Amino acid sequence: MKGTGRVIRSAGLFFLAMTLVCGLLYTLASTGIAQLFFKDKANGSVIEVGGKTYGSALLGQQFEDDSHMWGRIMKIDTGTFTDEEGNPVMWAAPSNLTPASEEYAELIRERVEKLRASNPEQGEQAVPVDLVTVSGSGLDPHISPAAAEYQVARIAANTDYSEDEIRRIIDRYTEGRFLGIFGEPRVNVLKVNLALDGILQEE
Amino acid sequence: MESVLQYVLYLLILVALAIPLGRYISKVMNGEKVVLSRVLAPCERGIYKVLHIDEKEDMSWKKYAGSVIAFSAISLVILTAILMLQKFLPWNPEGIGGMSWHLAFNTSSSFVTNTNWQAYSGESALSYFSQAMGLTVQNFVTPAVGICVLYALIRGFLHLKHKGIGNFWQDMTRSLLYVLIPLSMIVTVLLVSQGVLQNLSGYQTVDLVEPITTEDGTVVTQQVIPMGPQASQVAIKQLGTNGGGYNGVNSASPLENPTPFSNLIEMISLLLIPAALCFSFGRSIKDKKQGRAVFLAMFILLVVSLGIVAYSEQAATPQMSQDGMVDLSTVDQAGGNMEGKETRFGIATSATWAVFTTAASNGSVNSMHDSYTPMGGMIPMLLMQLGEVVFGGVGCGLYGMLGFAILTVFIAGLMVGRTPEYLGKKIEPREMKMAVLVCLATPIGILVGSGIAAALPATADSLNNGGAHGFSELLYAYSSAGGNNGSAFAGFNANTPFLNVSIGLVMLFVRFTPILAILAIAGSMARKNKVAVSAGTLSTTNGMFVFLLIFVVLLIGALSFFPALSLGPIAEQLQSLGL
Repeated sequence: MKGTGRVIRSAGLFFLAMTLVCGLLYTLASTGIAQLFFKDKANGSVIEVGGKTYGSALLGQQFEDDSHMWGRIMKIDTGTFTDEEGNPVMWAAPSNLTPASEEYAELIRERVEKLRASNPEQGEQAVPVDLVTVSGSGLDPHISPAAAEYQVARIAANTDYSEDEIRRIIDRYTEGRFLGIFGEPRVNVLKVNLALDGILQEE
Repeated sequence: MESVLQYVLYLLILVALAIPLGRYISKVMNGEKVVLSRVLAPCERGIYKVLHIDEKEDMSWKKYAGSVIAFSAISLVILTAILMLQKFLPWNPEGIGGMSWHLAFNTSSSFVTNTNWQAYSGESALSYFSQAMGLTVQNFVTPAVGICVLYALIRGFLHLKHKGIGNFWQDMTRSLLYVLIPLSMIVTVLLVSQGVLQNLSGYQTVDLVEPITTEDGTVVTQQVIPMGPQASQVAIKQLGTNGGGYNGVNSASPLENPTPFSNLIEMISLLLIPAALCFSFGRSIKDKKQGRAVFLAMFILLVVSLGIVAYSEQAATPQMSQDGMVDLSTVDQAGGNMEGKETRFGIATSATWAVFTTAASNGSVNSMHDSYTPMGGMIPMLLMQLGEVVFGGVGCGLYGMLGFAILTVFIAGLMVGRTPEYLGKKIEPREMKMAVLVCLATPIGILVGSGIAAALPATADSLNNGGAHGFSELLYAYSSAGGNNGSAFAGFNANTPFLNVSIGLVMLFVRFTPILAILAIAGSMARKNKVAVSAGTLSTTNGMFVFLLIFVVLLIGALSFFPALSLGPIAEQLQSLGL
C-alpha cells in the first residue's frame, strides 16, 4: 500500500504544479503579451467614434431599416445577458435547424417573400443564400458581395446616395480572401451602415 | 475552382508541417537533444527536483497505468469542485453562479477525457477562473497523457525481455514543456494578432445602431461583448484535440475565430499533432515505413470523407434552393448550404474543418453540424463512430489505430494460417483480447448509451428537430461522447441529469478502457523477445496492409453502425429528395 500512497502523492503534486504553469502562468503571460502588443484587438475590436461606441467590428447587429444594408438572418437572444442595471442586452444564437425538412422549406419561402417585397428593384431575381440563412455563430458580421449587391438599388432609393456611391462604400469595407486563396470575400455590414449614416468617414 | 485549391492546400500545409514536427516530438520523447533543450532542460530538471520525481525509475505497466488513473482521478475531483464552487472563487467579474452537480460532473468528465463535450455555453456559464485554471489545465494535460500512453506502447515494442515501459511523470513533463506549451504560446500570439480576445476585464456593452423591440415590447439598445482570456484557451483547445470552445458557438464565433487567417491557424493546429505523431512513431520505432503506412491509411480515409462532405454541402438541399428562388451559385458568394455557416468561411473552409475536427477527436466547430445536409452531417458522425482513429486525438488516435493494426495482422494471419506478428513481436491471445477491447470500446459506449437514451420518453424534450433528424441529434451526441470528440448537433439540449450523467459515463468508459488495454499490451510486449523476420512474415508497410487496415476499420464501423445510421441521416436524405 506504500506504493499506492506514493503514486497518489506524485499525482497530486504534479496536478498542482501544472495548474500553476498551464493555468496561471500561461494565461498571465498570454494576456500580458496581448495587452502590450495588440491592445485594441485583444479587447474586442470596439468601434469608437468621438467617444461613443458603435458596436464591435467582429459582431453582427440586426438591421431592418430600408436605408441600411441587411445582414444574415438573426435569432436574437435577449434572455441570457443583462447590463449593470439589469436591462436585457442583445446576444444571438445559430438556428441548428436541418436544411432538409419541410418546415425549413416554409421558413425559406417566407424569407424570400419578405426580401422580394423590400427589394422590388430586383424583381424575380434569385435571392443570395446568405440573406435567407442564419449563420454559424448567429452573430456573423459579414455577408457575401453578391448579397450586398442585391441591396444596392433599395438603399439608393431610400437614401441620398447614388448606386455608385453605395458601391464605393461597400468596396471600402469588403475584405478579400487571405493570400487570395483562403476563406471567402466578405462585406462588413455594420461598417457599411455606419458609413451610410455618416459616422465612419473615409480615412 | 478556388475551392478545390483551398482543399488541396489545406491538406498540403498539414502534411508539410506534420513531418518536421513528428521528428521533433520523437526526439523529445526519446530524450534526445532538441533546439529548445538549452532553455528547457534546466526547467525540466527543476520540475523533477521540486516534485520529488525520480525520472530514472522505469515503471512497470501497472505502475504506469496506476499513475495515469491517479492523476486523472485527482483532476476529475478537483475540476468538479471548481465548477460547482466558481461563485466563491476569484476571476469572476460577471458573478457567474456554480454549476449543478450533474453538469459539473459531465463537464469535468468531458475535459478529463479530452472530449470537451459541452452541455453549457462558456460565455454565460463559466468564470475566467474556471476557464483558465480549470479547463485550460485539462486541455494541456489530457493530450500529454495521450502522448505518454502512445510512447509507453512504442517502448513495449522496442524493449526486449524487459519489465519497464518508461516513466509517466517524465513523459508528461517532456510533452508539456517541449511540445504543447511552446506551440500554444506561438498560436496564442498569432490569434490575438487577428483579433481574438485576450484580457481579464469584465464584459462590455456597446450601443446598437438599430434598437430592437422584443415581442413583449421591451426596447433593447445595447449589445454585449463577452471578454476574457480567450486566445490562450483557443490555442490549446485546437492543438490538444480538446475542442471545447470558449464561447458556446466555438470557433464559429467571430470572437474566437475572426478571420480566414485565424481559421487557417486553428484548423491546421487541430490536426497537426495527431498527424505528426504518425511520423514520430515511425522514427521512434526505428522503421519510418511503419509510420508512413499508418499515416497513409488515415490520410486516405480523411480525403474520401472530405470529398463527400464538400460535395454535399456545396449541393445543399431542394428545401433550401426553392426551385431556384434562392441563389446557391458560387458567383460573388460561397453559395451552397450556408445555414449554420459563416460568410468569411463559406463552404470549403467549413467542410474542411468539419472533417478535420471529427477525424481528429477535436470536436471544435466553425460551422453548425446540426444544419449540415443529411449526408454532409453523416460523415462527421461516422468518423467519430469509427473510434476516432483517422488521426484521432493526440496520442489516443494513433494508439487506437495500432489496436486496429493488431486486429488486422491477426485477421490476415488467420487467412494464411500463420501466427500473427506486428513490429517484430508475436501477437498472442492476451494481446488480441486487449486489442479487441480497444477497438470495441467506442461502438459499445455509443450503442448502449444511445440505445438507452432513445428508449426513454423524456429524451424527446431535448430534441431541436423532429423526425429522422431528431434521432440523428441523439445519435450524434453519443457518438461524440463515444469517440471522445465533443462536437455536437448543437440544437440538442443535453443539460438534463440523465443525459449529463450517462454521457459523462460513456466518455470515461471510452477514454480509460483503451488506455488500460493499451498499457497492458505494452507491458506484455516489452517482456517478449523479437521474432526473426521470415518469408512468411506479413509486411505491415506495403499497400496491401494499408488497404487491409482501412478495410478492417470500415468493416467494424459499418457492421456496428449501419442500422443506427439508416434510422437517422440515411432516412432523412431519402425523405429530403422526396423518395
